[in-house]
Amino acid sequence: MPHRTFMAFIFPSILAMVLFITLPIFSVIVQSVFVEHEAVLIAVENCTPFGCSDQTTVDTEAMAELRAEKPLGQFAGLSNYLNRNHLAIGEVGEIFRTAPGFVAALGQLMNLPFYRALAFTLTYTFIVTPFAMALGFAIALAVNTLPRMARGPAIFASILPMIITPLVGSLILAWMFHPAGILGAGLQTLTGDPGLSLKTSAVLSWIVLLVYGIWTNAPFSFVVFYAGLQTVPQDTVESARIDGANRWEVTRFVIMPHLGPLATFVALVQLMDNFRVFEPVVGFSSEATATSLSWLVYNDLVSQDAQQFGSASATSVITIIGVIVLLLPVLVRTWREFNSKAV
Amino acid sequence: MSTTANRMPGSLRLLTTVFLALWLVAAVFPFAWTVWGSFKVEPDFFSRTSFWDAIEGVRTQMQTGSAFTLDGYRGAWIENDFWRSAINTLIVTISVTVISLTIGTLGGYALARSGQRYAFWILIAALVFRAMPHITLVSGYMLPFFQMNIWGILPTTIIVLVAINQPFTLWMLHSFFLSIPKDLDESALVDGCTRFQAFRLAVMPVMWPGVITTGLFSFLLAYNDFAVTSMLLSQDNQTMIPKIASFLGSIQESGNVMFAVAAVVSATVPLFILVLFFQRQIVSGLTAGAVKG
Repeated sequence: MPHRTFMAFIFPSILAMVLFITLPIFSVIVQSVFVEHEAVLIAVENCTPFGCSDQTTVDTEAMAELRAEKPLGQFAGLSNYLNRNHLAIGEVGEIFRTAPGFVAALGQLMNLPFYRALAFTLTYTFIVTPFAMALGFAIALAVNTLPRMARGPAIFASILPMIITPLVGSLILAWMFHPAGILGAGLQTLTGDPGLSLKTSAVLSWIVLLVYGIWTNAPFSFVVFYAGLQTVPQDTVESARIDGANRWEVTRFVIMPHLGPLATFVALVQLMDNFRVFEPVVGFSSEATATSLSWLVYNDLVSQDAQQFGSASATSVITIIGVIVLLLPVLVRTWREFNSKAV
Repeated sequence: MSTTANRMPGSLRLLTTVFLALWLVAAVFPFAWTVWGSFKVEPDFFSRTSFWDAIEGVRTQMQTGSAFTLDGYRGAWIENDFWRSAINTLIVTISVTVISLTIGTLGGYALARSGQRYAFWILIAALVFRAMPHITLVSGYMLPFFQMNIWGILPTTIIVLVAINQPFTLWMLHSFFLSIPKDLDESALVDGCTRFQAFRLAVMPVMWPGVITTGLFSFLLAYNDFAVTSMLLSQDNQTMIPKIASFLGSIQESGNVMFAVAAVVSATVPLFILVLFFQRQIVSGLTAGAVKG
């Protein structure tokens, strides 16, 4: 295909992606080195029948003028990145200098909003992904043993947790885990602790969020692995059986190697998706106990009095760097493969 | 798998059945429970005494005279204007799907037929873009959109969702186009068609299954989105999902959680219908991406 034709065909796509994905990334980087204008204060003499007093108020007119003039705010260098709400360099140094031990230091680190969110995001990403894949694989093996008639309904039921809107799915589970909901009340009876609830117990809310993550991610692995199972060469399975391999050995040495490439693909997609975990934090309203990097950005943007674009952007840039680090192995491998193919 | 050599021993059979039954309950029960509970009053669905209340609807009977009530739905759809959000969702999802597919098929076709080095790099860039958390992109849009005064309206959201959708759409359509033999468009070119005519008259007619599958996923992305729609739409233009979220904040104190429950069930129904009719396409779409992508 000639270059001109190629360009003509792909132009609308590229334009959309450049305008709304590439430019925003630059916009985020620029915004992250600015902070909002400081409030312009003026002294107003406030007179009442009991006498006059000076009051300082925000000069809204001057503020509006300032905002119109410099919408980005004032230049702040890297201070957005280093302040208490982000990397908190000063506080972290202080903690490690004063804390009695490493574990205690980690505990104190969890009081800093950024590190708390990072800890949960990473835990969520690296716990949910393998467990959801294992569960999905097990479901695929189980569904594959069903008679053909029963498979359709089983697949239908199994993909519901994946297809559901993340916010809606997490709300549904959150209501069931509410202290007065069916599972929440059941847990209270089971543990004998009438005060147990998502709001008060950090451990419980982490576990429930992870369970939600596995519940909603397992169907994707299931569908992909199930399709992979249909392509396993039956000859190889049969000859392995004849050679004396038992059921487990066939699964381990014939089926799993066959599904290997699929597993890499599933792991990649799920790592990417789980790293941006966001809706469950809103749905389970676990702001107090478990937050994520994406949620930090959201929280800065929705704050009622002043939207903190600078702060949101700094978190965004750090998150984007995290995504790239996560993707790096894949990118490097693709780069090598592509180069070796070219040579 | 039904040959005698592969017949499972009894214990394994039992284990598999129990496991599968547990999973199916875990997958379906939350939905069934919430749908059933949405027709009850709040003291039943969130019962302090026993979950059995939610099944029998003891208090629902006391308050409304019947074991089922539509109060939640009435409150959400009529009193809180959920119908308006439903219309907005309809507009957004249909526009996003149509525009995504239009520009996506053109781009995907070009990528599948080019064979040049840069086509490969565009695909890799798309993969990286696909991984970007949506909310971080949103924080890049907000300030410029405020400045340009296009924040809060539906067209802006539609275009943004189309763009966010594009990397995935390109990948998927690209792999569908690869499965169509090149001879088809080459013979059309030999017969005197231009590239665009070959694309429209020779390739597109056999592409419909791929287009439908990709369209389903574009639809799902637009329908399920919360990050973009909750940040870029003003109160009046909200679609269903951000509307549900704003319900939560405003009605929790007035004790009308059931409005949110009814709204959640209403937002789930279209997805159920979609899976019911397009199960095969959804499954094949996920696997097409996996096997070829």
